[in-house]
Amino acid sequence: MSSSEAAAIGPAGAANGGVALPPGASSRWSDSTGAARTRRLSLRFVALLYLLALLGAPVAMIFYRTFEHGIAPAWNAVTQPNAVHAFWLSVELVAIVVPLNTAAGIGIALLMERGRMRGRSLLGLIVDLPFAISPVVVGLALLLVYGRTGWFGNWLAAHGIQVIFSVPGMVLATAFVSLPFVARETIPVLHELGTDSEQAAATLGASSWQTFWRVTLPAIRWGVVYGVVLTTARALGEFGAVSIVSGRIEGQTQTLPLYVQDRFENFDTTGAYAAAVVLALLAFATLATMSLLAKRTSRDTVV
Amino acid sequence: MAIEVHGVSKRFGTFTALDYVNVTVEDGALTALLGPSGSGKSTLLRIIAGLESPDTGSVVIGDREVTAEPARRRGVGFVFQHYAPFKHMTVYDNVAFGLTVRHEPKAAVRERVHELLSLVRLDGLAKRYPAQLSGGQLQRMALARALAPKPDVLLLDEPFGALDAQVRGELREWLRRLHEEIHVTTIFVTHDQEEAMDVAQQIVVMNAGRIEQAGTPHDLYEHPSNEFVMSFIGPVNRLGDALLRPHDIQILPYPDSSTVEALVRRVVHLGFEVRVELTLPDGRDIWAQVTRETAAELELAEGQILAARLPAPRVFA
Repeated sequence: MSSSEAAAIGPAGAANGGVALPPGASSRWSDSTGAARTRRLSLRFVALLYLLALLGAPVAMIFYRTFEHGIAPAWNAVTQPNAVHAFWLSVELVAIVVPLNTAAGIGIALLMERGRMRGRSLLGLIVDLPFAISPVVVGLALLLVYGRTGWFGNWLAAHGIQVIFSVPGMVLATAFVSLPFVARETIPVLHELGTDSEQAAATLGASSWQTFWRVTLPAIRWGVVYGVVLTTARALGEFGAVSIVSGRIEGQTQTLPLYVQDRFENFDTTGAYAAAVVLALLAFATLATMSLLAKRTSRDTVV
Repeated sequence: MAIEVHGVSKRFGTFTALDYVNVTVEDGALTALLGPSGSGKSTLLRIIAGLESPDTGSVVIGDREVTAEPARRRGVGFVFQHYAPFKHMTVYDNVAFGLTVRHEPKAAVRERVHELLSLVRLDGLAKRYPAQLSGGQLQRMALARALAPKPDVLLLDEPFGALDAQVRGELREWLRRLHEEIHVTTIFVTHDQEEAMDVAQQIVVMNAGRIEQAGTPHDLYEHPSNEFVMSFIGPVNRLGDALLRPHDIQILPYPDSSTVEALVRRVVHLGFEVRVELTLPDGRDIWAQVTRETAAELELAEGQILAARLPAPRVFA
């Protein structure tokens, strides 16, 4: 897991926990006897220490090493043409994959929770596959199917479509590894919601389309938003699968994490740290956007 | 509009929820579907609404056969047991929903919503969210929402089940008056016979997926067509195969040729009504319902031996 990924997932998890807690959930800790206070404080201390060791220190070190000689060297490093290209390629992948997987994830969640088809549990297993399979294996599998010697490789090449060592293959790899997040975050929320309000919408004359947009989606939006945050973080940070299908061609198929790796291997630590900081900042920006959105909508709505 | 249900059956796995049910509800009537839990009353209501589809049979609303129509084209207002509010919408938007999905002009929507909010006495609460309403207010919001698109029929699933006793009483009274005002054909489901007797003009008694009897509350009480109906509607004493109403048992100070001896086991004062538990000479226990005046005249006390005149018992084959 890259540092940016860890940075993205950690605080998001904490924020979500805060949102999901019912009021008064902390009351168990609020009795003010001395023993309870000690217990509470030591629990806080342990939790903070753990977070610091796991997240805070490494991320802080990266920032420190990046800017230890001032802003100029770091700025120069990240404005290299290859770095800029890697940045935009990563953004492009996220821009393609996140909407795709959001739609697919909501669709899968609806099938699993509202559908009546057989084999729903099988679908659940398939959705979890990307969690279980190492990204490297995903990359290899894609290579086997779409590569020059693969099943569709020749046919695709004959029609002038190059999947492997180009953006389509990287989109496939990124989409595969980040598929489960939206579905997994949305399914429990859909389950919790139940079907009453959707049935109420139907008796009031709403079509399934209107019911989805006006009743279901607003009710499950927090699950979806959280899924989107995780999907974005995963897509931004993906290394293994993309590393194999991209061929890591500098200035062409190098994403930001691949660029970090490349700089690091070439003893350009300033370049590596600076690019890593950019990755981390992208992840922070995702989180900040989401929590801003969350704040604004929760001001409009009491749920 | 009148509702006709013909030969409707519904099974869930091996459980038969409805077994060839026929019901007719007159245009403009306020009808209760009454039965114990598992009797199929909610399933029947959901089939009429189009929220479940029957395995056999048909549903006719007015002169339209709607069996194959989806819920949204049936012209049915439905109030769910737990109200099913749209939690992310204000009270106003909840009530307006059935109008805005039909793309009605804004001014017309506003007028209709405010008309309904004042009908259900939620005038000042248009901007609130469901989480800020009490149970009774949610109930009334759900009702206004269901009525907004001017449905041909109004269906309510256990409408008072989730409310505390006092609010329930008020809402019953209020539903009856609302029905007098708007005269929409209304069916509500309940397991509470007193509620059904109190609110409904017609009662359909259901048991184990079948209709036991349909009629006015008075009919059902006075002329129950079978043992289930008699024992489900109103209190009964059971003497072997025979059923007696407790208030039909007369207690007299002196015996005559038409009475039997009865030992007073217990006297329970329930306000106006006094419940007298008796043991007959053959050792069987029954109870009688008398007024407090009668109880005072007889100076009822435990251990007393009195004369009881039993009514002709009803025996159902």
